[in-house]
Amino acid sequence: MMSSSFNIFRVGISFVMMCIFYKSAVDSLSELSPQKYFSTLQPGKASLAYFCQADSPRTSVFLEELNEAVKPLQDYGISVAKVNCVKEETSRYCGKEKDLVKAYLFRGNILLREFPTDTLFDVNAIVAHVLFALLFNEVKYITTLEDLQNIENALKGKANIAFSYVRAIGTPEHRAVMEAAFVYGTTYQFVLTTETALLESIGTEDIENAHLYFFHCKQVLDLTDQCRRTLMEPPLTTLNIHRFIKTMEAPLLTEVAEDPQQVSTVHLQLGLPLVFIVSQQATYEADRRTAEWVAWRLLGKAGVLLLLRDFLEVDIPRHANVVFRRAEEGVPVEFLVLHDVDLIISCVESNMHIEEIQEDEDDMESPDTDIQDDEVAETVYRDRKRRLPLELTVELTEETFNATVVASDSIVLFYAGWQAVSMAFLQSYIDLAIKLKGTSNMLLTRVNCADWSDLCTKQNVTEFPVVKMYKEGKSPASYPGMLGTEDLLKFIQLNRISCPVNITSVQEAEEYLSGELYKDLISYSSVSVLGLFSPNMTTAKEDFTEAGNYLKGCVITGIYSEDDVLILSNKYAATLPALLLARHKEGKIESIPLANSPAQDIVQIITDALLETFPEITVENLPIYLRLQKPLLILFSDGSINPQYKKAILTLVNEKHLDSLTPCWLNLKNTPVGRGVLQAYFDALPPLPLLVVVNLHSGGHVFAFPSDQAITEQNLLLWLKKLEAGLESHITILPAQEWKPPLPAYDFLSMMDAAASQHPTRKDPECTKETDAQENDKKHEDKSAFRKEPIETLRIKHWNRSNLFKGEKSFKHDNKEL
Amino acid sequence: MGFSAAARLWGPPGLLLTFVLHPALCLRPAQTSAPPRRDYCVLGAGPAGLQMAYFLQRAGRDYAVFERAPRPGSFFTRYPRHRKLISINKRHTGKANAEFNLRHDWNSLLSHDPRLLFRHYSRAYFPDAGDMVRYLGDFADQLGLHVLYNTTITHVTLNKDRQAWNGHYFILTDGMGHAHRCSVLLVATGLSVPNQVDFPGSEYVEGYESVSVDPKDFEGQNVLILGRGNSAFETAENILGVTNFIHMLSRSRVRLSWATHYVGDLRAINNGLLDTYQLKSLDGLLESDLTDLAVVKDREGKFHVTLKFFLEEGNQSADTITLPQDDSDNFAMRVAYDRVIRCLGWNFDFSIFNKSLRLSSGGEFSKKYPLVRASYESKGSRGLFVLGTASHSVDYRKSAGGFIHGFRYTVRAVHRLLEHRHHGVAWPSTQHPISQLTSSIVRRVNEASGLYQMFGVLADVVLLKENATAFEYLEEFPMQMLAQLETITGRKARHGLFVINMEYGRNFSGPDKDVFFYDRSVGHTEDAWQSNFLHPVIYYYRHLPTEQEVRFRPADWALPRPTAIHHIVEDFLTDWTAPVGHILPLRRFLENCLDTDLRSFYAESCFLFTLTHQKLPPFCQQGYLRMQGLVGTESLWRHGVESGLLRDYAIVGRRREDQGQGPLSSSQAPGPPVQPLDSNKEEL
Repeated sequence: MMSSSFNIFRVGISFVMMCIFYKSAVDSLSELSPQKYFSTLQPGKASLAYFCQADSPRTSVFLEELNEAVKPLQDYGISVAKVNCVKEETSRYCGKEKDLVKAYLFRGNILLREFPTDTLFDVNAIVAHVLFALLFNEVKYITTLEDLQNIENALKGKANIAFSYVRAIGTPEHRAVMEAAFVYGTTYQFVLTTETALLESIGTEDIENAHLYFFHCKQVLDLTDQCRRTLMEPPLTTLNIHRFIKTMEAPLLTEVAEDPQQVSTVHLQLGLPLVFIVSQQATYEADRRTAEWVAWRLLGKAGVLLLLRDFLEVDIPRHANVVFRRAEEGVPVEFLVLHDVDLIISCVESNMHIEEIQEDEDDMESPDTDIQDDEVAETVYRDRKRRLPLELTVELTEETFNATVVASDSIVLFYAGWQAVSMAFLQSYIDLAIKLKGTSNMLLTRVNCADWSDLCTKQNVTEFPVVKMYKEGKSPASYPGMLGTEDLLKFIQLNRISCPVNITSVQEAEEYLSGELYKDLISYSSVSVLGLFSPNMTTAKEDFTEAGNYLKGCVITGIYSEDDVLILSNKYAATLPALLLARHKEGKIESIPLANSPAQDIVQIITDALLETFPEITVENLPIYLRLQKPLLILFSDGSINPQYKKAILTLVNEKHLDSLTPCWLNLKNTPVGRGVLQAYFDALPPLPLLVVVNLHSGGHVFAFPSDQAITEQNLLLWLKKLEAGLESHITILPAQEWKPPLPAYDFLSMMDAAASQHPTRKDPECTKETDAQENDKKHEDKSAFRKEPIETLRIKHWNRSNLFKGEKSFKHDNKEL
Repeated sequence: MGFSAAARLWGPPGLLLTFVLHPALCLRPAQTSAPPRRDYCVLGAGPAGLQMAYFLQRAGRDYAVFERAPRPGSFFTRYPRHRKLISINKRHTGKANAEFNLRHDWNSLLSHDPRLLFRHYSRAYFPDAGDMVRYLGDFADQLGLHVLYNTTITHVTLNKDRQAWNGHYFILTDGMGHAHRCSVLLVATGLSVPNQVDFPGSEYVEGYESVSVDPKDFEGQNVLILGRGNSAFETAENILGVTNFIHMLSRSRVRLSWATHYVGDLRAINNGLLDTYQLKSLDGLLESDLTDLAVVKDREGKFHVTLKFFLEEGNQSADTITLPQDDSDNFAMRVAYDRVIRCLGWNFDFSIFNKSLRLSSGGEFSKKYPLVRASYESKGSRGLFVLGTASHSVDYRKSAGGFIHGFRYTVRAVHRLLEHRHHGVAWPSTQHPISQLTSSIVRRVNEASGLYQMFGVLADVVLLKENATAFEYLEEFPMQMLAQLETITGRKARHGLFVINMEYGRNFSGPDKDVFFYDRSVGHTEDAWQSNFLHPVIYYYRHLPTEQEVRFRPADWALPRPTAIHHIVEDFLTDWTAPVGHILPLRRFLENCLDTDLRSFYAESCFLFTLTHQKLPPFCQQGYLRMQGLVGTESLWRHGVESGLLRDYAIVGRRREDQGQGPLSSSQAPGPPVQPLDSNKEEL
């Protein structure tokens, strides 16, 4: 270091700059005087020395490369040094003139080779040349086919050959081969050529690129046989050669009888897929022959195994004859039915190709837009083969519709056979028909609007699905509720009585209020509403009747306006006109005055009254409570709620502490999806029960009641106070993102643009690559098809298509080589 | 399609004189003998006239139809001469959907009465023209349409009046000299004047309208037919077996309708002569411009074809005229013909329309059609609409607007336009929440007959509401009028729109195209834009295109360049309801145009989203939150869990209990691609 900076100081500023530039890189390259250098040489150890006249600026470029070669050469036990020839200490290696500087390779202190620096043009060349010189015996350099044949013959039955062609000595490919030879040189005979003629003579057309063949000579017993050859397909890099040779060492074919997902071979570790040929005892011999053939074809590309189905404990699909396992972890194995052995080859090769692409554009990985991500559409599609007992409902047509709905009270489901939501609801509808079978005088009917479009339009149905009830003498009523069996059942049951029902005596009214009168209906309507009116309150009665009509199917309403109505109003302390609300579950009857309320208000009063103070929240009723627009206070409970918690919250409700919230609880046994909610709120789920406040309508903040505190009135109150005061911090904020398209769409506009700019005639029969693939496909199957339609379903089409295309290509490729 | 003879010119000259000489008289509102007034006058009780009458009647409008003949559809009493209609009468499609079935019923008019479908009038696939006459008569009678029969309108003129809807009245004068004053004139007179080409010797030529239809009259004759349309081939078909040979001559090459996808071109049912020509059975086709030819008659009364300029050399005697074969002895038409028949189609009868109407013919189609806008309104006078066959200039050689199965829809479009213009009735539409968008489109592309028949002319339009939460659906709008949509329909298009059209592949149709090439059908969704057969195409525009954009759109584009375009891949069965092949890509397209998630969800998923997101996908907002969530059934739910789209939270709970804290990734649960919930915690 010292001497070098000294020199630099002498040659001037520009050189200083260069040296500073190189300084950091030069670190590992030891610089010695000739004398010192020769004293460090150890017997048997290789060393590369560059004898340098420091005042020649040209050498610096070389030094950079040399410096890079230090590390790789050291890996092979070769030391590198720069020897400075200063005037006082000359050596014969220093050269006479400035231009004649050279690098020398020594083993011990014996000179093996001298290299003019222009042959060592870069780091690859340095490593390649040095190793080539050192491995003179291991790597045979040949120039003629005869040489090759001689070596081949000599090694038959003894050793395998790694024969490579590189375009020139010192290329990166040459270096890769030499590095491989350094490792495997004792196991395999390495043969190297740069003669294109030699390469051509063994049947390769592609002489542009480097090639490596593996000659399987060891197993050749008859000297007249040729050694089998396997071409390495990936580009010649050290890693690829290593991988390739490893697979050559692995057994050609392995028999296994275990779960393909569990099998592990060297191939997987090398990032190569596995192909299992499924074999049965009966066809074992043939299968093995096939498998061997495949194994030879796929040598270096994939591991081939014979899977003995009869000894297998796991189930594999009955028709599958090939199992494909990708090298990536966690990808499930694919069970394939392939009738052509070539298809196996192309299947593997096309997958390798895909892998390569993915490596190139890692983050461009596009999700398959062909995969259904609509849960309703997908479930209906998956269920399409199940036969529904449709006969339980009457199918109506344009001809039968009017007659049917006139003849009997009917529920009509309007649906469209192609629409998933309709078809999902049709299942619930059929379930309802099963439930109601023989018990209802309501006729369950359906109209498929895909068939009877005009009928549906006439019935004012332009969306699907729609349920309407047709009752004699009344205009059809649309069902407004949840599209499910239970809610529709409730609607139908509650519609059995007129709304409001006319109560004629005090006794009947009492029975009505106690739930005795419509015993079978109170399970559908937890509240019975009774309007009390003096006989002369006509307007009020009309309003109430209108409201009752409006709420038909949602709650039971009754009206009493006999002369003795005062008996009831006195008993329940109600001023006429009034509503009596009988809550059957709680056995309570309350009264609400109805002073000149119009029908709309009455509806509002009744719907408000239907809300519970501390309801169990369910999938069905959540929307009702959301209408209150208040933050939810939810108690998540695994099973029934602890009565003490309930009491605590009800007390707070009664004391009006919870007026700004909607208190409710959720039973995870009834509403398992509540767990999904909890997962979104908590990173680590504390033990249940859990109490949270969810502010859905403003900000989306979620607060959790500390799980280490007992749910008592006092604690809760304190917590709510702190919450109100802004002293509590939220555990999470619900994401406020808009719901964006889950996946991109095909951009046909740019495809059309691209096609228009490429060839103005657009789709020509012969130009697209799909054409080739399909043609190939169809030629085998159906030459006479009048109009060619894709026979495969879309789900498998992508696979087949890319395969066939690739398959054909690679098949040709193979034919030429083997 | 009243067929009024070409020779008959204007009405009584006296009356005409009155109007011409005293226009001031007409301008006076309080005229002493005011002619009967009508809001709508329809000329001609053919299919188009009756169709318009039907819509006017249903809307309760003041209208009258004027018909020269004593019954409707007089054109069909004589034409086609050989009585076989080439419009198909498909009585079975295997489907019950009446709208869909109209796609394959080329003869019926539109009405609410299913008894007035043509299939009740004929069992023949190619029905007899007599049945059409009977059908049109029933249509007029049973619907009680207001038709004035035996009323020949001999002259139509314009009378300016500020009070009038359009600033002028149309004055119609009938054969009795009575005048009728109309606010709107709907011309449905069809094409009634046989097209004649003037060349020396054209007087020897018999016309399609009068030539014998009895094959016996052609026994052993050499026949030359001028023309290459269906009437020419129909005539040839009739006499093919009895003639020595038939030669057919026309300017352009034969256009086969199965290659051009235009029903007006030569239909396969008439093409027997192509067969015999190509099999060298003496019949033949030739191309030449008729205007260059001349026909000369020799002493035996036979006809020779020669060139016009030979005649101009001065020799007038038939025997001395130079014939082409004199110079070129292998001239194709060197034989003598016994008959020359002209089958060159028809033109519109302009003769009754006064110049003040400025009802002129368009340049390109010369005399054939009056010039109209894409709204079927005359370019010359507001309030004058051309309906039916005469309106075919809009889509000549493209779509079906010149035929019953096409113009029955364009007539309806004109009627809708009029309802808005004069009665304030906006173009009919239905409004839906955005979650119904995919379904609405799928429904229409699968059943709509107007879109299917009038592809490239009438298109459905989806007008988006603010924030794309809802939309309006307008059916069968004349798509070339897209820029004027708001004024024509009375609907607002402020927030973007979709146009749903049906199209054949760009380069698929044409007289010289091989429509049977090997790879003609497309099956893969990503290649849908290359579909060749008729398939739905959906255009998305952020803003209503301007008139300029519509007019100067790229060549061979049906509409101006949209913001985005979607092709639903062609389908062999024209059934575009496949969940993955058709509906899914359509949904993705709509989603990406609207930048929202249009998937449907079960109530349980909506419940989860409601409690874990501040915003909901439209389907949950417009269904679940309104108490109309889709509950689903046990078996569907199981499929959902199997597919990975739904999660079994009961199992999650159990596992959690077993393992304390399980690896619970929420990635499987359907949801928007959002960052995990807790990412917001940093905000604290």
